[in-house]
Amino acid sequence: MRYLPLTDADRDAMLAVIGAGSVDELFADVPAAARLAEPIAGLPNHASEMAVERHMARLSADNLTAGAAPFFLGAGAYRHHIPASVDHMIQRGEFLTAYTPYQPEIAQGTLQVLFEFQTQVARLFGTDVANASLYDGSTACWEAIAMAARITKRNKAIISSGLHAHYVETARTMAKFTGDELVTSAPELVAEPDDAAVIAAIDGGTSCVVVQYPDVLGRIPDLAAIAQAAQAKGALLIAVVTEPVALGLLESPGSLGADIVVGEGQSIGVGLQFGGPYLGLFGCREKFLRQIPGRLCGETVDADGKRGFVLTLSTREQHIRREKATSNICTNSGLCALAFSIHMTLLGGEGLSKMAKASHMRARQTAERLSAIPGVAVINRHYFNEFAVTLPHDARQVVRDLADRQVLGGVSLGRLYPHVDALSGGLLVAATECTTDEDIETFATTLAEVLA
Amino acid sequence: MNELNPSGWRPAMGASAPPDTIETFTGNRALQLEEALLFELGSPDRSGVDFDDIPDFDTALLGPNARKARLDLPGLSEPETVRHYTRLSRQNYAIDLGLFPLGSCTMKHNPRLDEKVARFPGFADVHPLQPVQTVQGALSAINELAVWLIELTGMHGVAMTPKAGAHGELCGLLCIRAALEAKGDPRAVILVPESAHGTNPATAAFAGYRVENIPATTDGRVDVDALKARLGPDVAGVMITNPNTCGLFESELKNIADAVHAIGGYVYCDGANFNAIVGRVRPGDLGVDAMHINLHKTFSTPHGGGGPGSGPVVLSEALSPFGPLPFTSRQADGSMKLIEEEQAHEEHPQAFGRMCAFHGQMGMFTRALTYILSHGADGLRQVSGDAVLNANYILRSLEDVLDAPFGAAGPCMHEALFSDDGFAEGFTTLDLAKGLIDEGYHPMTVYFPLVVHGAMLIEPTETESKAGLDQFIGAMRSLAERARAGDELLKSAPHLAPRRRLDETLAARKPKLVYKPA
Amino acid sequence: MTRYFTKDHEWIAVEGDEATVGITDYAQGQLGDITFVEVPGVGAEVGKGDAASVVDSVKAASDVYAPVSGTVTVVNDALEDQPELVNTDPEGEGWLWKMTLSDTAELDSLMDEASYQSFISGL
Repeated sequence: MRYLPLTDADRDAMLAVIGAGSVDELFADVPAAARLAEPIAGLPNHASEMAVERHMARLSADNLTAGAAPFFLGAGAYRHHIPASVDHMIQRGEFLTAYTPYQPEIAQGTLQVLFEFQTQVARLFGTDVANASLYDGSTACWEAIAMAARITKRNKAIISSGLHAHYVETARTMAKFTGDELVTSAPELVAEPDDAAVIAAIDGGTSCVVVQYPDVLGRIPDLAAIAQAAQAKGALLIAVVTEPVALGLLESPGSLGADIVVGEGQSIGVGLQFGGPYLGLFGCREKFLRQIPGRLCGETVDADGKRGFVLTLSTREQHIRREKATSNICTNSGLCALAFSIHMTLLGGEGLSKMAKASHMRARQTAERLSAIPGVAVINRHYFNEFAVTLPHDARQVVRDLADRQVLGGVSLGRLYPHVDALSGGLLVAATECTTDEDIETFATTLAEVLA
Repeated sequence: MNELNPSGWRPAMGASAPPDTIETFTGNRALQLEEALLFELGSPDRSGVDFDDIPDFDTALLGPNARKARLDLPGLSEPETVRHYTRLSRQNYAIDLGLFPLGSCTMKHNPRLDEKVARFPGFADVHPLQPVQTVQGALSAINELAVWLIELTGMHGVAMTPKAGAHGELCGLLCIRAALEAKGDPRAVILVPESAHGTNPATAAFAGYRVENIPATTDGRVDVDALKARLGPDVAGVMITNPNTCGLFESELKNIADAVHAIGGYVYCDGANFNAIVGRVRPGDLGVDAMHINLHKTFSTPHGGGGPGSGPVVLSEALSPFGPLPFTSRQADGSMKLIEEEQAHEEHPQAFGRMCAFHGQMGMFTRALTYILSHGADGLRQVSGDAVLNANYILRSLEDVLDAPFGAAGPCMHEALFSDDGFAEGFTTLDLAKGLIDEGYHPMTVYFPLVVHGAMLIEPTETESKAGLDQFIGAMRSLAERARAGDELLKSAPHLAPRRRLDETLAARKPKLVYKPA
Repeated sequence: MTRYFTKDHEWIAVEGDEATVGITDYAQGQLGDITFVEVPGVGAEVGKGDAASVVDSVKAASDVYAPVSGTVTVVNDALEDQPELVNTDPEGEGWLWKMTLSDTAELDSLMDEASYQSFISGL
């Protein structure tokens, strides 16, 4: 076995020191009935690197990859170009194979990265502080709702209809068990988000309002107006950003008055990966510091007075607070945070702005081209790099027909909202700087064929 | 003669000087390089990525929230970026550098084949919402891993989506709650042994349960009589870690499970320590109803400096109908189906819901599957055997210099537990742990489990060679003797790391979580 | 003014039906550096033995129980910026909150200074 260094002679010598006759004897505390005498039957035995690679390569080949087809999917996961140096750096063993930095003297690398990451996220979101990341956007969104309930001591959350369906479902699952009340509705295929309805729903029992920015249909809500209305009633505004590249061209939610900003960091540095691992981003006002879920890295000094970093405020966490913890989360998404941070460092403010501009222009070009197809209408008045169109047929089938012709043409709203008939003709289309003229042309002509 | 040595180069050894007294202009010490913060190095105008200029960019379609000022995010060119992160990486300890004996964390080697496979485009460059017909290979990979996890644990089903161990615990408890509610018998209490990791009670509380502690016996196991005495119609279940946090197998787990089932409750097993028994013991044979598997422990997906993790939960037949969405299912013709909200009503009507967006940690699934296929059933059995052998070798090689509170009770599982009993007055577990840093090792888990004073929990894993263990044992013996003798230098260790002990009190009293220019 | 002590290491100094509450010097010594104090809300009604406040050190968060029942009247705002007062002067400037007592008879179950000293010497 290539991964196991002990030889049989080593094992014998060690058993002699222990005073045991065999390795099996060391398992004497396991009841005999539960002890297996042989490797589990019916499963294959060990395999060479070559054989395993061959098997996995076959599975990999049985997919239509995003890079091999005109690709227009978004809905919470975006395909931006990731510079080669990002993946190279995160594979350095000192990052890849380190543990959570509980021993700060020999983990300053990871800790400084986390401190820089927190600062980058806070600046991107326009918040005072940010944490060292959570699992993903959907779980970060629930954590924010739970935090708002702790802060306001209220338990009714108004969820805007523009919040991603999976995020709503995740929150619904949790709320069912915690007893929080969620006010939800499905989006409508109209040009503007329903800000007025959200504002009208806020009352004295509201803990928070949850608004996606841009929303699931790519529309851009008026966060400042909602923030004002929420805060007037003592409720918090939680802004959810599933495409952080948008903030290269849109005002940060924090600067528009959001109290907590959460998001999915996947589109910067992480890659599609069929849905995970992704990167939960979490920022908020400084006054809520001690209610933040997840890990926090803070600056301090060492015994010689040199600047250094440590994980801090850990008394919020499960391993100390046990059943009184702010959350049961242990891990963050460290390596994804590193990838995000490296990509963001390569971009800088100017690079992010340029990447956002290129994405926006590609989306506009796509929208214009699709609008020219009979029966296809773009619904958004405003958008960043993703918009909704209506089709004359069920978009789920259209997407499957496009895929049969090797085109990955967006996400049908029917996939996200299977029980809302009014949305069945809706298709979400996203573009990024990776989108080419040829992709757009192939998509448009194939869509016209499929609809004809 | 010609001109004598015009360059002046004459190799010489130089006079010896004590290195501590040498100050450098940069603060660097040769290969030990100090690195400034990104915010002190970069500027928003600098970038390591090229884009075409877009002249006359029109913001009309962005609406009224179009950004007015550029974001203040510092950028660096590619060479500067590569240096920044390379320099930072060198201030980290890692498994790639040596033994990482963190108890209960299972820091084993991360095979590089796993990294290569996870980057195959069919896994790395597919979108989670692509039509199912275009991701048959990815769904197949998830399903193959699911089948392995079910077979290795002797369970009935598996929920693949939980994002980490704690998320998996939550998943298991939500299954239990959903199952009880479906019977119209919601219950209020979850029993947790006092030696449990803090995540267990935190999770139970998060799932809406009241947590009650069950004491341990003096030999480090759950007090079965006390547990049985507490069982009643209000108890939804118990959460037990097996092997437990003292590194011991809970021999009575089957009895406990039978008693819990008899009162209509369920057994949650914390699978954090599955590496000790993989391939040798199936939790399903011991009456477990739900158990999470930390793929980043037993199946060696990299820890990455604190995540991402992945925590699939294997489920008994009783709990499987309640598992979360989505999940994969192989059809009679071999093709893969994805059961999401759309299909749930017909195919999985009792699912408790969705725990996260999309389908879970695909990048971890491919790594874990690669690891499992490499080892196979025989290799995994050898993994647990070597892991347990290595731990017992450490236990027996140190018990004459360190107090092993449960050493007399018999062999340990995959980790050896020691206490600070016998240290000189004023010397603590922390001092020994920090001394280990100067010896070139990452410290063991300290002060956990709470049931042992000054606990030191050492988990070597199967990754270590005998020679590597012997050197570690030598270092530990030396440190143990220094702690017993009261060597003052130990109290200020580490002396040789990139940083000395850090002021955690200052960090917590005056939190500075983001960089602010002076 | 009379000072009473609890087995959970709180002190309460009583004057009439007004009292000041804090943690003992022994408690702060066991906890180590205090990093944060979460004080109760002014006007909060607390029952004897209720967790009314939380004292954080770097590695622990400890509940502080109300020694007797009553209503919180004033909290020590200085602790917000200087939690270290609980370390440097636990039974003086490091007090946590003041309260009115609803049942002075509850004081009878508490220890006086001498019995508390002998209690901790036995720990």
